Amino acid sequence: MIKAILIFNNHGKPRLSKFYEHYSEDTEQQIIRETFHLVSKRDENVCNFLEGGMLIDGSDNKLIYRHYATLYFVFCVDSSESELGILDLIQVFVETLDKCFENVCELDLIFHVDKVHNILAEMVMGGMVLETNMNEIITQVDAQNKMEKSETFIFQSPRQDR
Amino acid sequence: MPAVSKGDGMRGLAVFISDIRNCKSKEAEIKRINKELANIRSKFKGDKALDGYSKKKYVCKLLFIFLLGHDIDFGHMEAVNLLSSNKYTEKQIGYLFISVLVNSNSELIRLINNAIKNDLSSRNPTFMCLALHCIANVGSREMAEAFAGEIPRILVAGDTMDSVKQSAALCLLRLYRTSPDLVLMGEWTSRVVHLLNDQHMGVVTAAISLITCLSQKNPEEFKTCVSLAVSRLSRIVSSASTDLQDYTYYFVPAPWLSCKLLRLLQCYPPPEDGAVKGRLVECLETILNKAQEPPKSKKVQHSNAKNAILFEAIALIIHYDSEPNLLVRACNQLGQFLQHRETNLRYLALESMCTLASSEFSHEAVKTHIETVINALKTERDVSVRQRAADLLYAMCDRSNAKQIVAEMLSYLETADYSIREEMVLKVAILAEKYAVDYSWYVDTILNLIRIAGDYVSEEVWYRVIQIVINRDDVQGYAAKTVFEALQAPACHENMVKVGGYILGEFGNLIAGDPRSSPLVQFNLLHSKFHLCSVPTRALLLSAYIKFINLFPETKPTIQEVLRCDSQIRNSDVELQQRAVEYLKLSSIASTDVLATVLEEMPPFPERESSILAKLKKKKGPGAVSGNELEEGKREGGELNGAGERPGDSSAIGASNASTPSPSADLLGLRSAAPVSAAPPSAGSLLVDVFSEAGPAAPAAGANDDGFLRDLEPPTESSDSLLAEGPGDSDSAPPSVVSEDPAPPLPESDELLNKFVCKNNGVLFENQLLQIGVKSEYRQNLGRMYLFYGNKTSVQFVNFTTTVSCPGELQSQLNVQLKPVDPLVEGGAQVQQVINIECLTVFSDAPLLNIKFRYGGALQNLTLKLPVAINKFFQPTEMSSHDFFQRWKQLSQPQQEAQKIFKANHAMDTEVLKAKLLGLGTALLEKVDPNPDNFVCAGVIQTKAQQVGCLLRLEPNAQAQMYRLTLRSSKDTVAKRLCELLAEQF
Repeated sequence: MIKAILIFNNHGKPRLSKFYEHYSEDTEQQIIRETFHLVSKRDENVCNFLEGGMLIDGSDNKLIYRHYATLYFVFCVDSSESELGILDLIQVFVETLDKCFENVCELDLIFHVDKVHNILAEMVMGGMVLETNMNEIITQVDAQNKMEKSETFIFQSPRQDR
Repeated sequence: MPAVSKGDGMRGLAVFISDIRNCKSKEAEIKRINKELANIRSKFKGDKALDGYSKKKYVCKLLFIFLLGHDIDFGHMEAVNLLSSNKYTEKQIGYLFISVLVNSNSELIRLINNAIKNDLSSRNPTFMCLALHCIANVGSREMAEAFAGEIPRILVAGDTMDSVKQSAALCLLRLYRTSPDLVLMGEWTSRVVHLLNDQHMGVVTAAISLITCLSQKNPEEFKTCVSLAVSRLSRIVSSASTDLQDYTYYFVPAPWLSCKLLRLLQCYPPPEDGAVKGRLVECLETILNKAQEPPKSKKVQHSNAKNAILFEAIALIIHYDSEPNLLVRACNQLGQFLQHRETNLRYLALESMCTLASSEFSHEAVKTHIETVINALKTERDVSVRQRAADLLYAMCDRSNAKQIVAEMLSYLETADYSIREEMVLKVAILAEKYAVDYSWYVDTILNLIRIAGDYVSEEVWYRVIQIVINRDDVQGYAAKTVFEALQAPACHENMVKVGGYILGEFGNLIAGDPRSSPLVQFNLLHSKFHLCSVPTRALLLSAYIKFINLFPETKPTIQEVLRCDSQIRNSDVELQQRAVEYLKLSSIASTDVLATVLEEMPPFPERESSILAKLKKKKGPGAVSGNELEEGKREGGELNGAGERPGDSSAIGASNASTPSPSADLLGLRSAAPVSAAPPSAGSLLVDVFSEAGPAAPAAGANDDGFLRDLEPPTESSDSLLAEGPGDSDSAPPSVVSEDPAPPLPESDELLNKFVCKNNGVLFENQLLQIGVKSEYRQNLGRMYLFYGNKTSVQFVNFTTTVSCPGELQSQLNVQLKPVDPLVEGGAQVQQVINIECLTVFSDAPLLNIKFRYGGALQNLTLKLPVAINKFFQPTEMSSHDFFQRWKQLSQPQQEAQKIFKANHAMDTEVLKAKLLGLGTALLEKVDPNPDNFVCAGVIQTKAQQVGCLLRLEPNAQAQMYRLTLRSSKDTVAKRLCELLAEQF
C-alpha cells in the first residue's frame, strides 16, 4: 500500500502532499520535512530506495523517489509494493502530468494544485493503484476538463476576479 | 490537445500565489496568508451568494495555504455544500477539499454521507467515481456502516461502467481495511474472484489489490483465485493476450499487473493441481529466460519494468521454496545483478538474496557470492546498498564462513555510517557468539568491537561477554590476559574498563604469575583509568578492588590506602562513598575465611536466550530479523530458542511470584522481559544463596551491606544460544503434527499448567513460531482469561483458529466461552483472545486448548491445557486461631483430609512461600499456628452449585528440606486435588 505521496522542490517547498493514512497536520508537515531531509542529501546516482523515516509508522516502510529537474517525487510505501513497480508508477505520473500540462514544470504544479490532485486521483485511490495506463488516465482527465469548461465558461468574468 | 490549457487558470488564485512567492520573509508570508484567510472568511460569511467559480477559487486558495503548512479551520461547511451542487466543477472541488482536509472523525461525516449517497445512486459515472473516491480517502467507520453493503453490488453489477468498477473495488478494499467486520463478502466472493477474468485490464488491476487483501484474511474462501491468476499471468507472460490494449509499458506487457498477480500467488502455497502448477512453473521459467534476452529498448523504464516482474517472480520462487532448480536459477540471476551497474538492481538483488539465504536449497548457492557481497560492503557509495550488503552477510553466515564475515564486518565498522553502527555491533556480537568454535576468538572479537566502536556497544554486549567468560573456565585465563593487554592502551573506551575491571576482579589471579602482570601492576593499571570514568564504572572498579584484596592479600595495604583517601571515603556520590566505607571496613574486620566466602568467584549464569538478539529484533522491528533467525534455528537444530522458557527452569518458578510481569507489559516483548522476572529478583537474594551454601559465618558479614557487589551481580537478562545448542534442545521445535484433528496435549502441558497454579499471568507456551501469554482474573465463580498469541516469525499465520474442549465430566463442571480471534496473525504481531469461564461445580481436570494455523503452508496443530484449576475460584477467609482449629477438628473424617510429605523442590524462602500461598487464592492466617514456621490458610471455593470450605497447613522442615502439606475440605475430591496441585509448587 502507498502510505503517502509527496512532491517537493529542491529547497523542500511542498508542491503536493497526499496522505492515505490519517496524520495530524503537524505530523504531516514534519513528515514532509523529514522526508526532504532524507532524500535531498543523497547523491544523484545512488539507488532510488531508502528505509522510511521515523514518522510514518511501520518498520517495513520504504521511501521510493525520483528526482526530476527541480522536483522530488517521493512515494512512501509498505513492503507489499514492488520497488521497481513504484518507480515505473512515478514515471507514469510524471509523463501524464507532462502530457496534461504540455512540458510540465514546477510552476504548473504550484498554480494548478487541484488539477494535479485530480490527475493523481485517476491513478491512485485510497493508497492503491487504480490505473496504470496513461492513455486511460488522460482520457478521464480530458473528459473532466470538457465538463469543467462547459460550466466555468459561463461564470468566468475576469474583472471581478480578486 | 493538452488536457489543461494554461490560459484558463483562475486569475485571483494566480495573483495570490504570486504574492506569496514574492514574500521576502516568513513573517510577510504569514501576514499575506492571514489577510487572505480573513478575506475568504468574510466572503463565505457574506450575504452575497457566491457563484460556483468563486467558491472553487477560494477553496483552491485554502488548499494552497494548507499545503504550505497552515491550519485551515473553516470552509468545511462550504465544501460540504458544494457536494450537493449539480455542477461537476463545484462538486469536484468540494470532494477535493474534503479528501485533503476532512479526517475520519469529523462531525461533518453524516452530511458528507448524504451527499455521497445521492451521487452513488445518480447513475452518473463521473459523480459515482467522485463519491467512491471520497469514501476511499476518508474511509471512516461511519462511512463503512453506510456503504459497505452497497459497494459490492456496484462492483459486480453487469451494467456498471469499467471506471466505476475500478473505483468500487479499491473503495471496498479501503473499507475492508478500516472495518473488516462490516464488509461481508459471503455471496459476492465468487463474482469478485472472477473479476480477474475481466476484459478491462484496469478493472483487473484494481480488483487484484482487493482480492489479494481478502485472500490474506480468508485464504480458503478465495483460493479459486490461484488458478485464475495463473492463467491470467500465463496469457500476459507468453504474450498470448490480445487484450493488452495500452497496457504495454516500454515494450513490456502489463508489468504492473504481472507484479500484482505474482504477489497474489505469494499468499498461497504452490498450487496442488498439477496442470496449474505446470503452467505456473512455465511462466516463471519464461520470466527467468526473458531476463537473459537482449533488451528491447535502452530506456531505463524498459529494464525497470522487466526487472520488476523478475524480482516478483523470484520472490514467489523463494516463497514456494520447493523447486531447487528454479531456486538455483534465481540465485544465479541475483548473482548477476549483484554486479550490475544500476544501483537499484544491486540493492534489490542484495535484499532478495537475504531471503534466499534462509532456504536450505539455495543457502550454499548464496554463499558462493560472499566475495562480491564483501566487496559491496567495502566499495558501494550508497549507504542503503551497504546496509543491505551487511544484512546479507549476516544472513549467509554459518560456521564455515563466520570468521571471515565477522572480520569483514569488524573492519567495515571502523568506517561505517553512524546510522547503522549500533545495529552492526549487535550483529557482530551475535555472530561471534553463535559461531564461536574457540572462545578465545570470541573474546578477541568482542574486545575488538569495544575498541573500534565502543560508543555503540550497548550494555547487553558487554554483559554477554562477561557471562560467557564466567560460564566457561577454559577461556578465563585468556580473557584476563587479553583485557590486561587491551587496558595498556593509553586511551581505552569506558566499556573496556568495565569489562577489564570485572574480569580482572574475578580472574586476575590466573595471570598474576607473570611478573609483568603481577597483582600490583594489574591494580595500578585499573586504577589509572579510575579518574576518567563515570560513577557507575568507578563503582564497578571499587568492587573489583575489594575482590583483589581477596585474590591477592599482598595488595591489601595499597588498596586500603586508596579506599581510605578522602576522594573515596568522602566522595560526594553516595554510592561511591558507601562502597568505599563498607569495603574498607569489610577488608579490615573480616577474617580471611569470611572474605573468601563473601568475595567468592561468581557462580555460572543460568542459560537463557541472548538479550542481544532480543535487542536486535527490537531495533529492526519484529519482522526484519526474526525470520532469518527462525530459519537459522531450524537449520542448526533449534539452538536459538532453546533455554528461554523451559518449564523445568527452577529459577523461573521460584521467582515468578515475587515479580510477576506487569500485566500491562506487551507479552510478545516478554522474550526479553520474561528472563528478568525469572532471574533472581535482587542482588540481595543472590547473596543469600551464596551465603546459605557457605555456612554460618557468612550472614553476619553480608548483613552490613545490601548494595554490596551490586554491579558484580550477574547481568541478568541473558541466555546463551551457544551453550544451549545441541540435539537436546530440539524439543523446542514446532510440533510436526499435521493432522487436522486437534493434536493430543503436549507432553509438557502438565508442567506448563503447574506454573500457573499460584499466579494468573505469564507465558503459557513458547516455541519457535508462537508465544502464548496469559492474563487472567477471577471473581466468585467467574473468570476471564486473556490469551495473547504472538507470531514470532516474519511470516503471517493464516487460518488461525483456536478451540477449547472440556473432556469427559469436565463438560458439566466448567462452562468455557471463547471469543472469536482474528484468523490472520501478521508476522511479528500479537492477537488477543478473551475467554470467559464459569465454574459450575468442583472439577479436577483442565480444559484443553487447541490451536491450529498455517505457517508458510504447513499446518501447525498443538494442544495445551488451559491454566484453570479449582483454586482459581478461592475466596480468602480470615479467621481467628480458635475458629481455625475448631473447624479443623470438625473436618476430621479420613476422606476429608489429604496429606502429602515431600522434598522441597526450591529454596525454602519464607517470603517466596508466603507469596505462593497468597497466589493460591486463600487467606494466609498469621499467628494462628502455634509454631511460627508453619503456614495455615483458609478459603472458600466458589462454584455455581456450591461453596466448599478449605483449610490448609504447610509445615516446612528446614533441616530435612521437606514439607508436610495437609488439606482439609468439606468435599473430599477438593482436598485431594488441591494437595496434588500444591505439592508441585514448593
